[in-house]
Amino acid sequence: MAAPYAKLPKWVDFGLIPVINILVAFLISGLVVWLADESPLQAAGLLIKGAFGYGEGIGYTLFYATSFVFTGLSVAIAIHCGLFNIGSEGQAYIGGIGVALACLAFDSTLPWFLVFPIAIVGAAIFGALWAFIPAYLQAKRGSHIVITTIMFNFIAASLMIYLLVDVFKPDGTMAPQTRGFAEGGQLPRLDWLFGIFGIRTGAAPLNISFLLALMAAFVVWVIIWRTRLGYEIRTRGFSPTAAKYAGINETRVIIITMMISGGLAGMMALNPIMGDQHQMQLDFVAGAGFVGIAVALMGRNHPAGIIPAAILFGVLYQGGAEISFEMPNISRDMIVIIQGLVILFAGALENMFRPFIVMFFAGLQKSNSSSAIEAGE
Amino acid sequence: MEFFETTILVLQSTIRLSVPLIFAALAGLYSERSGVFDIGLEGKMLAGAFAGAAIASLYESAMFGLLGAVIVSMGFALIHAFASITQRGNQIVSGVAINFIAAGATVILGQAWFRQGGRTPSLSSDAKFNAIELPFAAELADVPIIGPIYSDLLSGHFALTYLAFALVPFTWWVLFRTRFGLRLRAVGENPAAVDTAGISVIWLRYRAVLCCGALCGFAGAYLSMAISAGFGKNMTAGSGFIALAALIFAKWKPVNVMLACLLFGFLNAMEIRLQGKELPLIGEIPIQFMQALPYILTVILLAGFIGKAIPPKAGGVPYVKER
Repeated sequence: MAAPYAKLPKWVDFGLIPVINILVAFLISGLVVWLADESPLQAAGLLIKGAFGYGEGIGYTLFYATSFVFTGLSVAIAIHCGLFNIGSEGQAYIGGIGVALACLAFDSTLPWFLVFPIAIVGAAIFGALWAFIPAYLQAKRGSHIVITTIMFNFIAASLMIYLLVDVFKPDGTMAPQTRGFAEGGQLPRLDWLFGIFGIRTGAAPLNISFLLALMAAFVVWVIIWRTRLGYEIRTRGFSPTAAKYAGINETRVIIITMMISGGLAGMMALNPIMGDQHQMQLDFVAGAGFVGIAVALMGRNHPAGIIPAAILFGVLYQGGAEISFEMPNISRDMIVIIQGLVILFAGALENMFRPFIVMFFAGLQKSNSSSAIEAGE
Repeated sequence: MEFFETTILVLQSTIRLSVPLIFAALAGLYSERSGVFDIGLEGKMLAGAFAGAAIASLYESAMFGLLGAVIVSMGFALIHAFASITQRGNQIVSGVAINFIAAGATVILGQAWFRQGGRTPSLSSDAKFNAIELPFAAELADVPIIGPIYSDLLSGHFALTYLAFALVPFTWWVLFRTRFGLRLRAVGENPAAVDTAGISVIWLRYRAVLCCGALCGFAGAYLSMAISAGFGKNMTAGSGFIALAALIFAKWKPVNVMLACLLFGFLNAMEIRLQGKELPLIGEIPIQFMQALPYILTVILLAGFIGKAIPPKAGGVPYVKER
């Protein structure tokens, strides 16, 4: 079985193989659409039209993508350290507390550009703290981080229901949510920015946290590939024993990485809470943390891959809404299937097609060299 | 006497709520003892529940439904086995994928085929499992103490309930008293040794994962065809993860698995019972705290504060024959 791990040109390794994996995932999704008695081609057309056909669609696509960039980065940085953080969902949910507290405290006294930094810090701190406990347990007591973060997702869900029903809910209202924020707790839309390019995003809630997400992607790139901490993170991820031998403090690296990961996940809460609903509602994360897993795997844990992958999932969310309008059989749940298939093919089965591609390239080289010999005669 | 009656009621619902957990946790036991981690229990249960209810309503037969549930769930287990054993992919990633595929596919296909908002048609009493009266239950009902225990607590459950409890000693026997069980445990601890003895690691693990799939199918069928009459969107509601927690809480031992599942089932029953009630001394316990308790207990256990949960040594590591 040496063949699948033979060396391939870089563009095949980082370009062709991921693209093939994603294509297979989408082909099978098409099969599910067909099983549900609808035309996959028509669905694909609607998807593209819904996501890119008009300005508002683009706005929504990027609005969803904003959340997925944060959660994708959160999962990716943990993977670089050899940790699989399934807890981004819960960390984002808890991060919402930080955003809500900042907004509830200052929304009527400070302008948004002062509340925003406080909310960013609040979101990051709450998300990081929620990731700290599993990280500490992994580093100090050897508890498997996958299991603890799953458990923490459920604990977060229960905790947030309790907080929203019994603590944050204003008296005399029924819905489990905070009060609406005044102007200081509302992020400005980006319609002016896209207006420059002639795109009218209309009612889409695309807001300034989109720019924050792009900045976060750059910062993560700097941390992972341009700092000493990043070097330690990657060493730990590549080989924990080598890291230990090199004198890297494993406990410190695990805890710091997970706290960055949790902080990034927590910052996702800014987008729906301050950018869209202007209040904290029940279940505002809505699975974005789990989408982050698919986004990170698809983007090969590199910020430059995560942004397009996040936009692709933004397309699926926005275009998926368009499809469910036209095709009653296809609801938003279709995205959950696609997400699962992407995780399966880009993650667990990532090397399935590799032997065939290696064979294909080996054959290509052979015929090249033999034709060269023929030409030499 | 009122306390006694309440206890019987609570224990009765404890049994009812812990059955799917027992099936699913035993399922995970087979897989994880062989060295294949499985966080896709939830997805397989959901797929099994959907397939069971759909087929039972189509053929008006509970047995066909159960068979369908088991086959579909085993199909999903096969995907997991292929990804994590043959392709040596990441077992966690594969499990996550299976959960999502099952969660989405059951709703989409359910809506497309039955058009009831993701639900399957309500099952008639022929097409679902019905409660069984144990012999002499009616005659004994009036006897004090023994009567309620026998006819209310032990009698009147589904065949699947008795099967779940029977599976606990059976699993113990299989794992600790048969050749297959010995090899299965060995392959989870030290696959290289098993390979050296000339036994196929891959085939053993495949069989273990298929056992896991079959049992998840039973768990799903119990949910959609016994305690309720039809499939509803996301009806497992995290019980696959509670089962996973129970499996860890039980330190991967069959009898402990049953006890852990009964404990978590009891917590669930108490949570329903205590909703909105004041307790002496403590006051009202937030219901969300009770809901989170199984997870909190598992985290505390994992942290090593109540004994130590040591997973099978080769768990999560794909086996490579030669380096």
